[in-house]
Amino acid sequence: MVTSPLEIDSLSYSYDEKEVLDEISFSLRPGEILGILGPNGCGKTTLLKNLNRNLRPHGGCVLLDGEDIGRMDKRDIARRVASVPQTNEIRFAFTVREIVEMGRMPFQEAFRGNSSEDERIVEEAMEQAGVTDMADRYINTMSGGERQRTIIARALAQTPEILLMDEPTLHLDINMQFEVLDLVRRLSAENGLTVVIVSHDLPMVARYCDRMVLIHDHRVFAMGTPEEVLTPENMRTVFNIDARFETDERGNPTVRLFGAYHG
Amino acid sequence: MNRRKWIQALLCVAVLIVLLFIFILMDLAWAGNRILSLGEVWAALTGNGTWGTDQIVNVQNLPRIAIGVFVGAGLAVTGGVMQAVFRNPLADPYILGLSSGASLGSAVAILFGVSFIPLSISQPVLAFVFCLLTMFLVYTVSRMGGGNVRTETLVLAGVAVSALISAIVSFITYIAPSDEMQDIVFWSMGNLGGTNWTEVAVVAVIVVIGVAIMLTQSRKLNAMMLGDAHAMDLGVDVAKVRLMLLIVSSLVVAASVAFVGTIGFIGLVIPHIFRLILGPDNRLILPISTLGGATFIIICDYIAHLVAEFHGVLPIGVVTSLIGAPFFVYLLVSRRKEVGW
Repeated sequence: MVTSPLEIDSLSYSYDEKEVLDEISFSLRPGEILGILGPNGCGKTTLLKNLNRNLRPHGGCVLLDGEDIGRMDKRDIARRVASVPQTNEIRFAFTVREIVEMGRMPFQEAFRGNSSEDERIVEEAMEQAGVTDMADRYINTMSGGERQRTIIARALAQTPEILLMDEPTLHLDINMQFEVLDLVRRLSAENGLTVVIVSHDLPMVARYCDRMVLIHDHRVFAMGTPEEVLTPENMRTVFNIDARFETDERGNPTVRLFGAYHG
Repeated sequence: MNRRKWIQALLCVAVLIVLLFIFILMDLAWAGNRILSLGEVWAALTGNGTWGTDQIVNVQNLPRIAIGVFVGAGLAVTGGVMQAVFRNPLADPYILGLSSGASLGSAVAILFGVSFIPLSISQPVLAFVFCLLTMFLVYTVSRMGGGNVRTETLVLAGVAVSALISAIVSFITYIAPSDEMQDIVFWSMGNLGGTNWTEVAVVAVIVVIGVAIMLTQSRKLNAMMLGDAHAMDLGVDVAKVRLMLLIVSSLVVAASVAFVGTIGFIGLVIPHIFRLILGPDNRLILPISTLGGATFIIICDYIAHLVAEFHGVLPIGVVTSLIGAPFFVYLLVSRRKEVGW
């Protein structure tokens, strides 16, 4: 049996005595796109932060290729797991290229500049994320979508095995939502990148994810393909909505939202 | 980092070195009632001067300039580091109450000094102690309520604690007998004069070690400027780096404040000037700020002596603030975007 690139084993986490995650367990398959889904405030983002040890779990553990990340050096984790946090404002006038170059940080010693290998990887990452044309523009003057793609390019420059994305479609124009997720799917298909996407955007997750984990009441409520997980009953229980998983006329899976569910 | 930036950075360094050299010479030549000639300064520096020029150049001016160079460099880099650590362009050694803590220590030493310990020892030691105490107080306050230390809470805690400590310093000044009161007031405005070589050596060692440590963290600071989450994603142990930098900063600030009093605006203004020219990359900004801070303080010291004929030598802190505050307003009003707020 192949070891899972990332395995979450009865992970629990609480803020000030308040339980946020309660014995969460699941594991990733190599090269898949996994969605973590749940209503706002269910602990999705907290879960994601535990996956590269930005937070330390209060119970259970996270295994990266079978190794407990609690015992690993933070830099070693960053060489294998990259992350695209929710895009916030960046105040300082770094250029796009400077930010993408930061993706090489986990591989570099304190005072060494970029090697030609680093430069090649940075160019390639910018190309893949489609930010080459804006390489010399300032990040604090850019739109949310451009900033998002810059951070994706930086994550790619980490040449990761696993990519974590927190609400990647939030604050993006609709066309950009599709472009960003198309990009992620292409990377996953071409580079064998394993991707974890946290979102509450049902139609998008249904369309782009191979499998999904549905979080409800701090626990894993359901897990499987979008079709298996997004049953009308599950969506009613977890999101209080009347909705149905479908395949649209062009053959893309989606979720039709009929409205709020009333008793 | 591209070529253009390197050239700009080298130009900055060249200009700063020339400016620093010129103003050190002019500052060395100041003799109160007259200005020494270049030849006289050189003769005194090389040990061939008269007793008079030797006193002026080597005993009176040189230690003052030397301590100025180290204090200026230390405060400027500390300011740059604070702005990066707190992702706040307004941050500087003052915002966390570091300077007020050191002031309190010094004021306490001046007022309650015990007779068997000379003030030249008790003042810096108490400044260190109070500076570190303040830092831990600020850190503890911002940790209350559990969870991780967020930069916003740290800054707010710093402002609150610093206001409290300033009030205590004012109170001490108020109740102090008039002699000590004058000492405290004079010292609190910043004063490079009257230093001896022992003090210069202590400040130099602390600043050189402190700045060296800060420079090794430049790249991590770049990542931290994007946000704690970004830095952690890039493998930076943010909590550890931040705590270490806060301790090192306290040492540098305490050393400066203890020997020369509070000198404002250097940490705020200098890194911003170079960010406007070179962008935010700390691998350039921090090393150049050492030179910039040293140059700025020596120019201010020269100005402080230039106007001496009207009302005696001005306290250096008055000059740095008179120049720094208007520049700061200029940044605030017209260069918001470039410096980041």
